[in-house]
Amino acid sequence: MNRFISASPHLRDNTSIPRIMYIVILTLLPAAAWSVYIFGLRALWIILVSIVTAIATEWICQKCMKRPVTVADGSAILTGLLLSFNLPPAVPIWLPAAGSFVSILIGKQIFGGLGYNPMNPALIGRAFLMASWPVHMTVFKTVPKGMNSLSGIDSITGATPLAVFKQMREILINRADYLPEQVTQATETMYQLNRSYWNLFFGKTGGCIGEVSAFLIFAGACFLLYRRIIGWKIPAAYIGTVIVLTTVFGGTDGLLTGNALFHIFSGGLFLGAFYMATDMVTSPVTFAGRLWFGVGCGVLTVIIRLWGGYPEGVSYSILLMNLTTPLLDRYTRPKVFGG
Amino acid sequence: MRLKTFSGGIHPSEFKDLTEHKSIETAPLPERVIIPLQQHIGAPAECTVQKGDQVTTGQPLSEAGQFVSVPVHASVSGQVESVQHMPHPQGISTLSVIISCDKDSSELVSREKPDMDLHSLEPDVVLDIIKSAGIAGMGGASFPTHVKLSPPSDKKIDTLLINGAECEPFLTADHRLMLEKADEIIKGIQVLMKVLKVKQTFIGIEKNKSDAIQLLQKKTKKFKKISIIGLPVKYPQGGEKQLIQAVLNRQVPSGGLPMDVGCVVQNVGTAYAVYEAVFFDKPLIERVVTVTGPGVAEPKNVLARIGTPFKDLIEFCGGYKTDAAKLLNGGPMMGITQVTDEVPVIKGTSGILVLDKKTAKIPAESPCISCARCVDICPMKLMPNRISSFVEHDRIEDARKYGLLDCIECGSCSYICPAKRYLVHYIKFGKKRHNELRASS
Repeated sequence: MNRFISASPHLRDNTSIPRIMYIVILTLLPAAAWSVYIFGLRALWIILVSIVTAIATEWICQKCMKRPVTVADGSAILTGLLLSFNLPPAVPIWLPAAGSFVSILIGKQIFGGLGYNPMNPALIGRAFLMASWPVHMTVFKTVPKGMNSLSGIDSITGATPLAVFKQMREILINRADYLPEQVTQATETMYQLNRSYWNLFFGKTGGCIGEVSAFLIFAGACFLLYRRIIGWKIPAAYIGTVIVLTTVFGGTDGLLTGNALFHIFSGGLFLGAFYMATDMVTSPVTFAGRLWFGVGCGVLTVIIRLWGGYPEGVSYSILLMNLTTPLLDRYTRPKVFGG
Repeated sequence: MRLKTFSGGIHPSEFKDLTEHKSIETAPLPERVIIPLQQHIGAPAECTVQKGDQVTTGQPLSEAGQFVSVPVHASVSGQVESVQHMPHPQGISTLSVIISCDKDSSELVSREKPDMDLHSLEPDVVLDIIKSAGIAGMGGASFPTHVKLSPPSDKKIDTLLINGAECEPFLTADHRLMLEKADEIIKGIQVLMKVLKVKQTFIGIEKNKSDAIQLLQKKTKKFKKISIIGLPVKYPQGGEKQLIQAVLNRQVPSGGLPMDVGCVVQNVGTAYAVYEAVFFDKPLIERVVTVTGPGVAEPKNVLARIGTPFKDLIEFCGGYKTDAAKLLNGGPMMGITQVTDEVPVIKGTSGILVLDKKTAKIPAESPCISCARCVDICPMKLMPNRISSFVEHDRIEDARKYGLLDCIECGSCSYICPAKRYLVHYIKFGKKRHNELRASS
């Protein structure tokens, strides 16, 4: 008998890292397909360029650093895919390549590869792109197929829902500084915006490639939850916090007049809460740690959306909370059985 | 009937269908038996025989001078071939008595005491019988039973818990014992209750053994003090601390023992051995072993004499299949790999498992991705990823602070890890290192 000698346990579960990565990628394909449908082949090129650059960068880095090449585990593909989801469909084709290169090199490989990075690699790439090419990253020109406007409402064609929200909110909060016609117009627009739920949820608005269809993102996430690849705690805490804070502070008629549904369906919150904040390497491992992480992401997102300079706050809030992960883990250790 | 459990745990495939419906078969007597003198946790017992001596079945081969010690007995009749160091299924080489078996005189003669009255038994007398019979925990830990049944006077015991969980995949020895020897087990439990002076007993059985649950429920109906508790099928439900948490909702304190929360846990096999010792004057010389696995031609539950080489039992079960690749003493989660099949069955051998090449393949390790599956499922609520990482970096004191010594080594963490990391392995190593450092300081 050919004898294998090893210590227990002698059975292993059939889960593996590649399996997890590829299942996550699979659940993102419906959202990717939808974006190609409404934004055209351009979106497909952006996605492919991003993924291929990610794989190539990882391969080159690992060869140069004399480490085993692990591109087959799917993590580079996933990073490339998620980065492309965070880009507007009108970006020049070299932009996803630059972002993807930085995501993998600086977001992951210089720290030691998979498992060692402190922050979400795809979001590192996005932050780099935002800082380096802010115009390309914030100009949304591509009107979704079959629709008349980027914002989901007919009256405004040139901006995404959150951008419109920010503009209208600015007017309504500082009514005294604007002409009465502008205020009336803003009130009417805000009213329509707050009723554009279906468009927002199903993805009939403008925005970044992967974030428009909250519905498809949510469907994919449900599958991941069912297969226990992601947990419920971070998304629930994140989205829950956003709902509470936007209801209380997000309105323009005083406290508790905010529209939470508008906020959770727009601006890639679902993509962020279910796919980016739940990135295992950069989020806490403990029960309480995960809840605090989600709450923190929610708080920061709302602060940026309502009072910050950008219309969208998901990426930065997740990156900032990633930095607190070791701290959260340290102070939320579970109580040992019998301790 | 209630259904309770502990937090955490995993659900490996059970593989019990290979043997759960097969009645216990008595294995043929081997050519020779190898009886290690140390088959228990505690102080070694002094050998009382030498080469050339003639021994009879049931004769003591060693004397337990200290309290936490039990003797071993000849499981067959014959001549002592030698007393020498031989391989032991727990991986070390121990002093063992090798007896060549005289098959004609090795049959067990029933020495039933027909007028044995349960009510006239004195606890001290019973404890003496149990110690002399060499009974140690049959669930695998092999702790001397008479010691477990003699808690210090400041520990008040109110409950006896009988462990019929058998949570390890593949193993069905306890299951078959409960089905085939239910009355005897109940009598053994009554003896234990008398010794401990407890008012209630719970028998915890996993729900995959519903026939055993039903049978025992029927048989214990007239005993108000014995209840059957069905438990969810989850590993490691049979772990002492997890069983107590599930059945009694009490948590054994860190570093403590079940007696600290007022209970004593015994395996069903131990209860049966106690019955045989008290009512039949029979020492612990045989036990039920599940010989199974994808590498065995005809898996079976066998009644084997202590000291029977694994090789003989595997032959009795049809021999190895062509792709047999790994031999284990025990179950697949905590069993110990064997380098030779000429190791003997000892008191704690509940299973002999032969795995095939496919199951035996050791996957390659990847870096930890902090998925936290290990943290989520740890039955002791530890953080195996952090503890094993500390041990890898020789930060033993940090590992201890994170609960290194509380680990029950069930292996659930390594089982569930998608990166196939050697978590429990580093923890076991860390414990050893911790003791070394403690000893040298």
